[in-house]
Amino acid sequence: MREIRVVLPSVLQPLAGGQSVLTAPADGPVTVGKLLDAVTSDFAVLARRLRDETGALRRFVNVYVGGDEVRRLQGLETEVAPGQEVLVIQSVAGG
Amino acid sequence: MVGMATAESFVLAIGTKKGLWLATSKDRQQWSFTGPHFLMSEIPSIGIDTREGRTRIMVGVRSEHWGPTVAHSDDLGATWSEPEQGAVRFPEDTGAALERIWQIYPDAEARPGVVWAGAEPISVWKSTDGGEHFELNRGLWDHPHRSEWGAGYGGAAAHSIVVHPAGDTVHVAMSTGGVYRSLDGGTSWEPRNRGISAYFMPDPNPEFGQCVHKIAADAAVDGRLYAQNHHGVYRTDDNADSWDSIAEGLPADFGFVMLTHPRREGTAWVIPLKADGERIPPDGELAVHRTDDAGSTWQRLSNGLPTGEYNSVLRDAACVDTAEPAGVYFGTRGGSVYASADEGGTFQEVVSHLPDVLCVRAAVIAGA
Repeated sequence: MREIRVVLPSVLQPLAGGQSVLTAPADGPVTVGKLLDAVTSDFAVLARRLRDETGALRRFVNVYVGGDEVRRLQGLETEVAPGQEVLVIQSVAGG
Repeated sequence: MVGMATAESFVLAIGTKKGLWLATSKDRQQWSFTGPHFLMSEIPSIGIDTREGRTRIMVGVRSEHWGPTVAHSDDLGATWSEPEQGAVRFPEDTGAALERIWQIYPDAEARPGVVWAGAEPISVWKSTDGGEHFELNRGLWDHPHRSEWGAGYGGAAAHSIVVHPAGDTVHVAMSTGGVYRSLDGGTSWEPRNRGISAYFMPDPNPEFGQCVHKIAADAAVDGRLYAQNHHGVYRTDDNADSWDSIAEGLPADFGFVMLTHPRREGTAWVIPLKADGERIPPDGELAVHRTDDAGSTWQRLSNGLPTGEYNSVLRDAACVDTAEPAGVYFGTRGGSVYASADEGGTFQEVVSHLPDVLCVRAAVIAGA
Protein backbone atom coordinates (compact mmCIF):
# COMPACT_ATOMS: atom_id res chain seq x y z
CA MET A 1 0.00 0.00 0.00
CA ARG A 2 1.27 3.47 -0.80
CA GLU A 3 1.45 6.21 1.77
CA ILE A 4 0.96 9.93 2.28
CA ARG A 5 3.60 11.95 4.05
CA VAL A 6 2.81 14.79 6.44
CA VAL A 7 5.76 17.08 7.10
CA LEU A 8 5.79 18.86 10.46
CA PRO A 9 7.52 22.11 11.40
CA SER A 10 10.39 21.66 13.83
CA VAL A 11 8.48 23.26 16.70
CA LEU A 12 5.88 20.47 16.61
CA GLN A 13 8.25 17.55 16.18
CA PRO A 14 8.72 16.93 19.94
CA LEU A 15 4.96 16.24 20.08
CA ALA A 16 5.39 13.53 17.42
CA GLY A 17 8.11 11.60 19.20
CA GLY A 18 10.76 13.67 17.48
CA GLN A 19 9.63 12.73 13.98
CA SER A 20 9.68 15.33 11.24
CA VAL A 21 7.47 13.29 8.92
CA LEU A 22 4.41 11.26 9.78
CA THR A 23 3.00 8.81 7.27
CA ALA A 24 -0.36 7.22 6.71
CA PRO A 25 -0.97 4.28 4.39
CA ALA A 26 -3.48 5.01 1.65
CA ASP A 27 -4.73 2.99 -1.29
CA GLY A 28 -6.73 5.88 -2.64
CA PRO A 29 -7.42 9.57 -2.05
CA VAL A 30 -8.21 10.63 1.52
CA THR A 31 -9.32 13.96 2.86
CA VAL A 32 -6.94 16.18 4.80
CA GLY A 33 -9.22 15.79 7.82
CA LYS A 34 -9.01 12.00 7.73
CA LEU A 35 -5.28 12.19 7.06
CA LEU A 36 -4.73 14.36 10.13
CA ASP A 37 -6.90 11.98 12.17
CA ALA A 38 -4.70 9.09 11.06
CA VAL A 39 -1.28 10.60 11.59
CA THR A 40 -2.13 12.15 14.97
CA SER A 41 -3.97 9.12 16.37
CA ASP A 42 -1.00 8.31 18.60
CA PHE A 43 -0.19 11.95 19.34
CA ALA A 44 -3.17 13.56 21.06
CA VAL A 45 -1.36 16.73 22.10
CA LEU A 46 -0.14 17.26 18.54
CA ALA A 47 -3.72 16.83 17.33
CA ARG A 48 -4.87 19.57 19.72
CA ARG A 49 -2.17 21.94 18.51
CA LEU A 50 -3.41 21.63 14.92
CA ARG A 51 -7.18 21.60 15.43
CA ASP A 52 -9.58 22.70 18.15
CA GLU A 53 -12.15 20.43 19.79
CA THR A 54 -14.69 21.10 17.04
CA GLY A 55 -12.20 19.71 14.54
CA ALA A 56 -11.51 23.07 12.93
CA LEU A 57 -8.00 23.88 11.83
CA ARG A 58 -6.53 26.52 14.14
CA ARG A 59 -6.51 29.95 12.59
CA PHE A 60 -2.77 30.31 12.15
CA VAL A 61 -2.03 26.71 11.21
CA ASN A 62 -1.63 26.32 7.46
CA VAL A 63 -1.77 23.00 5.66
CA TYR A 64 -0.48 22.81 2.10
CA VAL A 65 -1.42 20.21 -0.49
CA GLY A 66 0.37 20.40 -3.81
CA GLY A 67 1.59 23.88 -2.98
CA ASP A 68 -1.84 25.27 -2.15
CA GLU A 69 -3.13 26.10 1.31
CA VAL A 70 -6.18 23.97 1.96
CA ARG A 71 -8.36 26.96 2.88
CA ARG A 72 -8.11 27.92 -0.80
CA LEU A 73 -9.13 24.42 -1.80
CA GLN A 74 -11.82 22.48 0.03
CA GLY A 75 -10.47 22.94 3.53
CA LEU A 76 -10.25 19.75 5.53
CA GLU A 77 -12.32 18.05 2.80
CA THR A 78 -9.49 18.58 0.31
CA GLU A 79 -8.44 15.23 -1.08
CA VAL A 80 -4.85 14.02 -1.05
CA ALA A 81 -3.64 11.25 -3.31
CA PRO A 82 -1.26 8.47 -2.30
CA GLY A 83 2.31 9.59 -2.90
CA GLN A 84 1.53 13.22 -2.27
CA GLU A 85 3.18 15.21 0.49
CA VAL A 86 1.30 17.48 2.88
CA LEU A 87 3.07 20.34 4.61
CA VAL A 88 2.04 21.76 8.00
CA ILE A 89 3.45 25.27 8.43
CA GLN A 90 2.64 27.90 11.00
CA SER A 91 1.56 31.16 9.41
CA VAL A 92 3.51 34.37 9.79
CA ALA A 93 1.61 35.95 12.64
CA GLY A 94 2.14 37.58 15.99
CA GLY A 95 4.37 40.30 17.29
CA MET B 1 0.68 29.06 56.85
CA VAL B 2 0.97 32.42 58.54
CA GLY B 3 4.06 34.04 59.99
CA MET B 4 6.88 31.62 60.87
CA ALA B 5 9.40 33.38 58.65
CA THR B 6 12.09 30.77 59.25
CA ALA B 7 9.97 27.89 57.99
CA GLU B 8 8.40 29.38 54.90
CA SER B 9 9.41 30.69 51.55
CA PHE B 10 7.57 32.34 48.72
CA VAL B 11 6.89 31.62 45.10
CA LEU B 12 5.96 34.30 42.60
CA ALA B 13 4.61 33.38 39.18
CA ILE B 14 4.50 35.96 36.42
CA GLY B 15 2.51 35.24 33.28
CA THR B 16 3.31 37.45 30.33
CA LYS B 17 2.45 37.86 26.68
CA LYS B 18 5.48 35.73 25.77
CA GLY B 19 5.95 33.23 28.53
CA LEU B 20 6.03 32.49 32.24
CA TRP B 21 8.64 33.47 34.78
CA LEU B 22 8.87 31.93 38.25
CA ALA B 23 10.69 33.31 41.24
CA THR B 24 11.30 32.09 44.75
CA SER B 25 12.35 34.00 47.82
CA LYS B 26 12.86 33.46 51.51
CA ASP B 27 12.23 37.06 52.49
CA ARG B 28 10.17 38.65 49.68
CA GLN B 29 13.14 40.95 49.03
CA GLN B 30 15.63 38.81 47.12
CA TRP B 31 14.09 36.74 44.34
CA SER B 32 15.63 33.96 42.33
CA PHE B 33 14.13 33.63 38.84
CA THR B 34 13.65 30.88 36.28
CA GLY B 35 12.19 31.35 32.83
CA PRO B 36 10.92 31.95 30.38
CA HIS B 37 8.81 28.84 30.52
CA PHE B 38 6.47 28.37 27.52
CA LEU B 39 8.42 30.95 25.52
CA MET B 40 6.24 32.67 22.90
CA SER B 41 3.00 31.53 24.46
CA GLU B 42 0.96 33.93 26.53
CA ILE B 43 0.12 32.98 30.13
CA PRO B 44 -3.12 34.78 31.00
CA SER B 45 -3.95 32.71 34.09
CA ILE B 46 -2.10 31.07 36.95
CA GLY B 47 -3.28 29.15 39.99
CA ILE B 48 -0.95 28.12 42.79
CA ASP B 49 -2.43 25.29 44.84
CA THR B 50 -0.66 24.70 48.15
CA ARG B 51 -3.16 22.23 49.54
CA GLU B 52 -2.47 18.55 50.18
CA GLY B 53 1.15 19.12 51.13
CA ARG B 54 2.39 20.06 47.67
CA THR B 55 2.84 23.16 45.58
CA ARG B 56 1.10 22.76 42.24
CA ILE B 57 1.41 25.60 39.76
CA MET B 58 -1.29 25.51 37.09
CA VAL B 59 -1.10 27.79 34.09
CA GLY B 60 -3.38 28.70 31.26
CA VAL B 61 -1.18 28.71 28.17
CA ARG B 62 -2.17 30.13 24.82
CA SER B 63 -0.17 30.09 21.64
CA GLU B 64 -1.33 32.26 18.79
CA HIS B 65 -0.53 29.36 16.50
CA TRP B 66 -1.22 26.24 18.51
CA GLY B 67 -4.13 27.30 20.68
CA PRO B 68 -4.88 27.15 24.39
CA THR B 69 -4.11 24.51 26.96
CA VAL B 70 -3.63 24.05 30.70
CA ALA B 71 -0.39 22.72 32.14
CA HIS B 72 0.75 22.06 35.68
CA SER B 73 3.98 21.59 37.56
CA ASP B 74 4.53 20.05 40.97
CA ASP B 75 8.25 20.92 41.09
CA LEU B 76 8.24 24.70 40.73
CA GLY B 77 8.52 24.61 36.98
CA ALA B 78 11.31 22.06 36.55
CA THR B 79 8.87 19.87 34.63
CA TRP B 80 5.37 20.47 33.22
CA SER B 81 2.53 18.12 32.41
CA GLU B 82 -0.61 18.48 30.37
CA PRO B 83 -3.30 15.86 29.95
CA GLU B 84 -3.26 14.21 26.52
CA GLN B 85 -6.81 15.22 25.71
CA GLY B 86 -6.57 18.64 27.32
CA ALA B 87 -7.68 19.76 30.76
CA VAL B 88 -10.42 22.03 29.45
CA ARG B 89 -12.28 20.74 26.45
CA PHE B 90 -15.74 21.80 25.36
CA PRO B 91 -18.17 18.88 25.01
CA GLU B 92 -19.07 18.09 21.43
CA ASP B 93 -22.71 19.07 21.79
CA THR B 94 -21.80 22.67 22.61
CA GLY B 95 -20.15 23.20 19.24
CA ALA B 96 -17.74 25.52 21.04
CA ALA B 97 -13.98 25.63 21.18
CA LEU B 98 -11.82 26.91 24.00
CA GLU B 99 -10.17 30.24 23.21
CA ARG B 100 -8.38 31.17 26.42
CA ILE B 101 -8.27 30.32 30.13
CA TRP B 102 -8.79 33.55 32.04
CA GLN B 103 -8.88 32.26 35.59
CA ILE B 104 -7.60 29.30 37.60
CA TYR B 105 -8.93 29.31 41.14
CA PRO B 106 -8.03 26.64 43.69
CA ASP B 107 -11.00 26.14 46.02
CA ALA B 108 -10.86 26.24 49.82
CA GLU B 109 -8.72 24.09 52.08
CA ALA B 110 -11.83 22.10 53.01
CA ARG B 111 -12.33 21.04 49.39
CA PRO B 112 -8.95 19.58 48.37
CA GLY B 113 -8.59 18.78 44.71
CA VAL B 114 -11.30 21.20 43.66
CA VAL B 115 -10.11 23.84 41.22
CA TRP B 116 -12.29 26.22 39.23
CA ALA B 117 -11.51 27.79 35.89
CA GLY B 118 -13.03 30.68 33.99
CA ALA B 119 -12.69 30.78 30.26
CA GLU B 120 -13.43 32.35 26.93
CA PRO B 121 -15.98 31.84 25.48
CA ILE B 122 -17.83 32.76 28.69
CA SER B 123 -17.77 29.57 30.73
CA VAL B 124 -16.98 28.22 34.15
CA TRP B 125 -15.32 24.89 34.75
CA LYS B 126 -14.70 22.72 37.78
CA SER B 127 -12.03 20.13 38.42
CA THR B 128 -12.04 17.63 41.25
CA ASP B 129 -8.63 16.15 40.46
CA GLY B 130 -6.37 19.07 41.19
CA GLY B 131 -6.78 20.84 37.88
CA GLU B 132 -5.95 17.99 35.54
CA HIS B 133 -9.44 17.63 34.07
CA PHE B 134 -12.26 20.16 34.21
CA GLU B 135 -15.97 19.76 33.62
CA LEU B 136 -18.08 22.47 32.01
CA ASN B 137 -20.60 24.15 34.33
CA ARG B 138 -23.79 23.52 32.42
CA GLY B 139 -25.91 25.83 34.52
CA LEU B 140 -24.02 28.88 33.34
CA TRP B 141 -23.37 27.56 29.85
CA ASP B 142 -27.09 27.00 29.26
CA HIS B 143 -28.14 30.25 30.94
CA PRO B 144 -30.91 32.05 29.00
CA HIS B 145 -28.96 35.30 29.16
CA ARG B 146 -26.04 33.86 27.20
CA SER B 147 -27.07 35.28 23.83
CA GLU B 148 -27.11 38.77 25.34
CA TRP B 149 -23.69 38.64 26.97
CA GLY B 150 -21.11 40.61 25.05
CA ALA B 151 -17.42 40.75 24.46
CA GLY B 152 -15.10 43.35 25.86
CA TYR B 153 -11.98 44.28 23.95
CA GLY B 154 -10.10 41.36 25.44
CA GLY B 155 -12.79 38.85 24.57
CA ALA B 156 -15.94 37.45 26.17
CA ALA B 157 -14.87 35.61 29.27
CA ALA B 158 -15.67 34.57 32.80
CA HIS B 159 -12.67 36.13 34.50
CA SER B 160 -13.45 36.09 38.23
CA ILE B 161 -14.62 33.20 40.36
CA VAL B 162 -15.19 33.62 44.09
CA VAL B 163 -16.25 30.55 46.03
CA HIS B 164 -17.44 30.70 49.63
CA PRO B 165 -14.89 28.70 51.62
CA ALA B 166 -17.52 26.74 53.53
CA GLY B 167 -20.89 27.13 51.81
CA ASP B 168 -22.36 26.62 48.37
CA THR B 169 -22.27 30.22 47.20
CA VAL B 170 -20.27 30.97 44.07
CA HIS B 171 -19.92 34.37 42.44
CA VAL B 172 -18.74 34.70 38.88
CA ALA B 173 -17.89 37.91 37.06
CA MET B 174 -17.86 38.14 33.31
CA SER B 175 -17.11 40.78 30.76
CA THR B 176 -19.51 41.75 29.62
CA GLY B 177 -22.45 40.40 31.53
CA GLY B 178 -21.72 41.39 35.08
CA VAL B 179 -21.85 39.41 38.30
CA TYR B 180 -23.78 36.16 38.54
CA ARG B 181 -24.41 34.27 41.76
CA SER B 182 -25.13 30.66 42.50
CA LEU B 183 -26.40 29.57 45.90
CA ASP B 184 -26.28 25.88 45.07
CA GLY B 185 -22.66 25.29 44.22
CA GLY B 186 -23.04 26.25 40.58
CA THR B 187 -26.18 24.45 39.51
CA SER B 188 -28.24 27.60 38.92
CA TRP B 189 -27.20 31.23 38.40
CA GLU B 190 -28.86 34.62 38.80
CA PRO B 191 -27.51 38.04 37.81
CA ARG B 192 -26.61 40.20 40.81
CA ASN B 193 -25.77 43.73 39.62
CA ARG B 194 -28.27 46.04 41.32
CA GLY B 195 -26.56 49.35 41.97
CA ILE B 196 -23.78 48.86 39.42
CA SER B 197 -23.92 51.31 36.56
CA ALA B 198 -23.50 50.32 32.94
CA TYR B 199 -23.17 53.84 31.53
CA PHE B 200 -22.35 52.49 28.08
CA MET B 201 -25.79 50.87 27.66
CA PRO B 202 -29.10 52.52 26.74
CA ASP B 203 -30.46 51.59 30.17
CA PRO B 204 -27.59 52.41 32.52
CA ASN B 205 -29.02 50.21 35.25
CA PRO B 206 -29.76 46.90 33.58
CA GLU B 207 -30.29 43.59 35.35
CA PHE B 208 -27.14 42.34 33.64
CA GLY B 209 -24.69 43.48 31.00
CA GLN B 210 -22.36 45.39 33.26
CA CYS B 211 -18.67 45.37 32.44
CA VAL B 212 -17.26 44.19 35.74
CA HIS B 213 -13.48 43.98 35.68
CA LYS B 214 -12.73 42.10 38.89
CA ILE B 215 -14.46 40.99 42.09
CA ALA B 216 -12.99 39.79 45.38
CA ALA B 217 -14.48 38.67 48.67
CA ASP B 218 -13.81 40.05 52.13
CA ALA B 219 -12.31 37.08 53.94
CA ALA B 220 -13.68 38.13 57.33
CA VAL B 221 -17.22 39.29 56.55
CA ASP B 222 -19.71 36.86 55.08
CA GLY B 223 -21.61 38.31 52.15
CA ARG B 224 -19.23 41.21 51.58
CA LEU B 225 -17.55 41.53 48.22
CA TYR B 226 -15.81 44.31 46.34
CA ALA B 227 -15.94 45.05 42.61
CA GLN B 228 -13.83 47.12 40.27
CA ASN B 229 -15.97 47.93 37.27
CA HIS B 230 -15.48 49.61 33.93
CA HIS B 231 -15.87 52.87 35.78
CA GLY B 232 -17.09 52.36 39.29
CA VAL B 233 -15.77 50.76 42.47
CA TYR B 234 -18.40 49.00 44.56
CA ARG B 235 -19.05 46.99 47.70
CA THR B 236 -21.85 44.67 48.63
CA ASP B 237 -22.70 43.60 52.18
CA ASP B 238 -25.63 41.39 51.24
CA ASN B 239 -23.99 38.73 49.11
CA ALA B 240 -24.35 40.83 45.94
CA ASP B 241 -28.08 41.50 46.20
CA SER B 242 -27.14 45.19 46.02
CA TRP B 243 -23.97 47.17 45.44
CA ASP B 244 -22.95 50.63 46.68
CA SER B 245 -20.23 52.89 45.33
CA ILE B 246 -17.03 53.14 47.36
CA ALA B 247 -15.17 55.16 44.73
CA GLU B 248 -15.15 58.39 46.71
CA GLY B 249 -11.61 59.21 47.74
CA LEU B 250 -10.01 57.47 44.79
CA PRO B 251 -8.35 59.57 42.06
CA ALA B 252 -10.26 57.61 39.42
CA ASP B 253 -12.97 55.00 39.42
CA PHE B 254 -11.58 53.12 36.43
CA GLY B 255 -9.16 50.22 36.70
CA PHE B 256 -8.94 46.49 36.44
CA VAL B 257 -7.60 45.25 39.76
CA MET B 258 -9.46 44.33 42.94
CA LEU B 259 -7.62 42.56 45.76
CA THR B 260 -8.70 41.72 49.29
CA HIS B 261 -6.77 40.82 52.40
CA PRO B 262 -6.46 37.09 53.03
CA ARG B 263 -7.82 37.45 56.58
CA ARG B 264 -8.49 41.00 57.73
CA GLU B 265 -11.89 42.65 57.54
CA GLY B 266 -12.31 45.70 55.36
CA THR B 267 -8.92 45.73 53.63
CA ALA B 268 -8.80 45.90 49.84
CA TRP B 269 -6.49 47.27 47.16
CA VAL B 270 -7.16 48.84 43.76
CA ILE B 271 -4.87 50.33 41.13
CA PRO B 272 -6.77 53.23 39.54
CA LEU B 273 -6.35 54.24 35.93
CA LYS B 274 -7.38 57.68 34.82
CA ALA B 275 -10.34 56.78 32.62
CA ASP B 276 -11.75 54.49 30.01
CA GLY B 277 -10.38 56.78 27.33
CA GLU B 278 -7.04 57.35 29.04
CA ARG B 279 -5.93 54.07 30.48
CA ILE B 280 -2.87 55.30 32.29
CA PRO B 281 -2.18 55.90 35.97
CA PRO B 282 -3.62 59.32 36.90
CA ASP B 283 -1.10 62.00 35.83
CA GLY B 284 1.29 59.19 34.91
CA GLU B 285 1.92 58.52 38.60
CA LEU B 286 1.55 54.84 39.37
CA ALA B 287 0.00 54.15 42.76
CA VAL B 288 -1.87 51.46 44.62
CA HIS B 289 -4.75 52.53 46.83
CA ARG B 290 -5.73 50.61 49.93
CA THR B 291 -8.75 50.82 52.15
CA ASP B 292 -8.79 49.43 55.67
CA ASP B 293 -12.39 50.38 56.34
CA ALA B 294 -14.22 48.61 53.52
CA GLY B 295 -14.01 51.55 51.15
CA SER B 296 -14.98 54.48 53.36
CA THR B 297 -11.49 55.93 52.95
CA TRP B 298 -8.52 55.18 50.72
CA GLN B 299 -4.80 55.58 51.26
CA ARG B 300 -2.48 56.25 48.32
CA LEU B 301 0.57 53.93 48.33
CA SER B 302 3.48 54.69 46.05
CA ASN B 303 6.65 54.16 48.04
CA GLY B 304 9.08 52.44 45.70
CA LEU B 305 6.94 52.92 42.59
CA PRO B 306 8.26 54.88 39.62
CA THR B 307 7.15 58.30 38.52
CA GLY B 308 6.20 58.83 34.90
CA GLU B 309 4.61 55.42 34.37
CA TYR B 310 2.20 55.18 31.46
CA ASN B 311 1.52 51.47 31.42
CA SER B 312 -1.68 49.97 32.76
CA VAL B 313 -2.10 47.05 35.13
CA LEU B 314 -4.42 44.32 33.92
CA ARG B 315 -7.10 42.59 35.99
CA ASP B 316 -5.12 39.51 36.94
CA ALA B 317 -1.71 41.13 36.96
CA ALA B 318 -2.00 41.66 40.71
CA CYS B 319 -2.36 39.45 43.74
CA VAL B 320 -1.79 39.08 47.45
CA ASP B 321 -0.11 36.27 49.34
CA THR B 322 -1.28 34.79 52.64
CA ALA B 323 1.68 35.72 54.82
CA GLU B 324 1.59 38.07 57.81
CA PRO B 325 1.85 40.86 56.91
CA ALA B 326 0.31 40.12 53.54
CA GLY B 327 2.39 40.62 50.42
CA VAL B 328 1.03 42.64 47.52
CA TYR B 329 2.31 42.10 43.99
CA PHE B 330 1.51 43.56 40.59
CA GLY B 331 2.94 43.83 37.11
CA THR B 332 2.53 46.36 34.31
CA ARG B 333 2.09 46.11 30.59
CA GLY B 334 5.58 47.56 30.47
CA GLY B 335 6.98 44.37 31.97
CA SER B 336 7.83 45.55 35.46
CA VAL B 337 6.72 43.61 38.54
CA TYR B 338 6.55 45.21 41.96
CA ALA B 339 6.32 43.43 45.30
CA SER B 340 5.48 44.68 48.75
CA ALA B 341 6.08 42.63 51.89
CA ASP B 342 4.17 45.10 54.04
CA GLU B 343 0.69 45.26 52.52
CA GLY B 344 1.62 47.99 50.07
CA GLY B 345 3.52 50.29 52.43
CA THR B 346 6.70 49.91 50.40
CA PHE B 347 7.17 48.40 46.96
CA GLN B 348 10.26 47.03 45.33
CA GLU B 349 10.68 46.38 41.61
CA VAL B 350 11.61 42.72 41.47
CA VAL B 351 11.97 42.42 37.70
CA SER B 352 11.73 44.76 34.74
CA HIS B 353 11.60 44.64 30.94
CA LEU B 354 9.54 41.47 30.70
CA PRO B 355 6.84 41.25 28.02
CA ASP B 356 3.41 42.63 28.98
CA VAL B 357 2.45 41.18 32.35
CA LEU B 358 -0.92 39.43 32.13
CA CYS B 359 -1.10 37.53 35.41
CA VAL B 360 0.73 37.51 38.74
CA ARG B 361 0.23 35.00 41.53
CA ALA B 362 2.19 34.49 44.74
CA ALA B 363 2.00 31.95 47.51
CA VAL B 364 3.64 30.96 50.74
CA ILE B 365 5.19 27.55 50.39
CA ALA B 366 6.61 25.25 53.03
CA GLY B 367 10.30 24.67 53.47
CA ALA B 368 13.47 26.56 52.77
